[in-house]
Amino acid sequence: MTTDPILDVRSLCKSFGSLRASDDLSFTVERGEIHALIGPNGAGKTTAIGQLSGEIQSDSGHVVFDGRDISTFKTFRRARLGLQRSYQVTSLFPDFSAIDNLSIALQAHEPHNFRFWKPARKDAMLRDRARDALVRSGLGDKLETPAKNLAHGEQRQLELSMALATEPTMLLLDEPMAGMGRNEGQQVMELIRGLRGEVSILLVEHDMDIVFALADTVTVLVKGSVMASGTPDEIRANPDVRRAYLGDED
Amino acid sequence: MKPRLTRRLIVHAIGLLVLAVFPYLAEMAGEPYFTTIASRVLIYAIAAVSLDLILGFGGMVSFGHGAFFGIGGFAVGILTHHALESSAVPFLPGDWTGSTLALVQFPVAIAAAGLAGLVIGALSLRTRGVYFIMITLAFAQMLYYLMISLPTYGGEDGLNLWQRSDMPGLDLYDDVTFYYLVAGILLALVYLCSRIVNSRFGMVLQACRQNEQRLEALGIPTYRYKLAAFTLSAMGAGLAGALIANHNEFVGPGMMHWTRSGELMIMVILGGMGTLIGPIFGAVTLLFIEEILAQYTEHWMVILGPVLIFVVLFAKRGVYGWLAGRGKHDD
Repeated sequence: MTTDPILDVRSLCKSFGSLRASDDLSFTVERGEIHALIGPNGAGKTTAIGQLSGEIQSDSGHVVFDGRDISTFKTFRRARLGLQRSYQVTSLFPDFSAIDNLSIALQAHEPHNFRFWKPARKDAMLRDRARDALVRSGLGDKLETPAKNLAHGEQRQLELSMALATEPTMLLLDEPMAGMGRNEGQQVMELIRGLRGEVSILLVEHDMDIVFALADTVTVLVKGSVMASGTPDEIRANPDVRRAYLGDED
Repeated sequence: MKPRLTRRLIVHAIGLLVLAVFPYLAEMAGEPYFTTIASRVLIYAIAAVSLDLILGFGGMVSFGHGAFFGIGGFAVGILTHHALESSAVPFLPGDWTGSTLALVQFPVAIAAAGLAGLVIGALSLRTRGVYFIMITLAFAQMLYYLMISLPTYGGEDGLNLWQRSDMPGLDLYDDVTFYYLVAGILLALVYLCSRIVNSRFGMVLQACRQNEQRLEALGIPTYRYKLAAFTLSAMGAGLAGALIANHNEFVGPGMMHWTRSGELMIMVILGGMGTLIGPIFGAVTLLFIEEILAQYTEHWMVILGPVLIFVVLFAKRGVYGWLAGRGKHDD
């Protein structure tokens, strides 16, 4: 094991009433790897992502990102440090056009946005980069379409482009391919594969084919804590995981 | 891009034309008093446009904008009061005895409302939704009762100013001059706001309304942007308050009453939320309905109510949206 992980999750806990969504959750993500987080429904995967992004406040435990304890940091500060997330349920600015959505993501990367006078939609710096990013993600002909009128797959694609536009060090991807068609899903898969080594990725995914095809490391979550963690081959061979999750028949 | 002759452009052109020649129309109709009424309507429009900046664009439903309106008014009232009495303005260092100069009074009114906006906003914006509505309302009512309890400034009866502000080169007592001053300020404000809502700041503000959580997750600290917008909006309302104090030559706690805040909200919703021209139409429509219906019945709100419900349900972009159609980007 290397000693300088990008993300070090230490004993995170979170309860909703009597439900322990995260129960002494600990794992590490190495730099540049694609780390998949799997587990049955209700295992606490989305809660874990929320705790890492800062949107859900942890009851206890620590999150160390890039050598810094960010446990008390607010969401926007974590994002500014390079820890970006995407959502399982598409989360965009519905009235804004695709290019506006991407421009806002680019604006988030700026030191501040207290600029009151120049029209942002005519800012070539912003618009050109936004257009390029959209063309690269296959939305080149939908620049001016309001986000709410985009097809579901296109929205997912846009959401991912927005997260990438902020030049993150690490991405928390909560089922990025949910509800996508086969082709679109394949495209996103290729995109994620292309990021390996550049951006560290924590990927929540249901589809085991995708997980085993993409991930360097797989962590299995059951009832809010880690049941097993290892390479895809190790996880596939793990009898506990097979029994609890992979639906082994014997 | 070449300006095409759209419905929106026509509505703007007619509106601007009417704005420009209204005093002459009133004169021709033999009712110069109409100009005074029009000034009042435009002053409310200034407050409504300011409110729309946070309500329509930022999605912040402030139910306390009457407070800033009143603060602007009382700033003018208090400065005039002390200037006429030659007594020192309390809570300020030195023995400044106020001023009757518009160029002093108006900036003070704007600054005072802005400061109040900063403080009230800083506290209120920590809440969301219904709580935000209630807390802004509560602050406004607090200020309302504060002014009622100050006999120095007229208490419940309000403060007669006996005069308008002094502006070298302009005679504010002249109703036509006053009208054009107000109209000029309104146009300048609309231009300023149209720059703001389309700037980077404005894009952040509009994004706040649509999906604040996502904006935070992208790395934008939304609280500061909302607070800045809230403060700007309060400043606009303060300016409107300073103007209405001049118009009426009177200020009273009624300016801060929650019904006044409600009226401003109705103007924005009726005229078209999230459009900068809409609130002007809203102010015109509301005060026109009030003026006409009040002649027939004192229960004119019975008719206004259903009209408002109709607008909210069927014409989301209000009177302006109905006249001008849907705009691609609103300005």
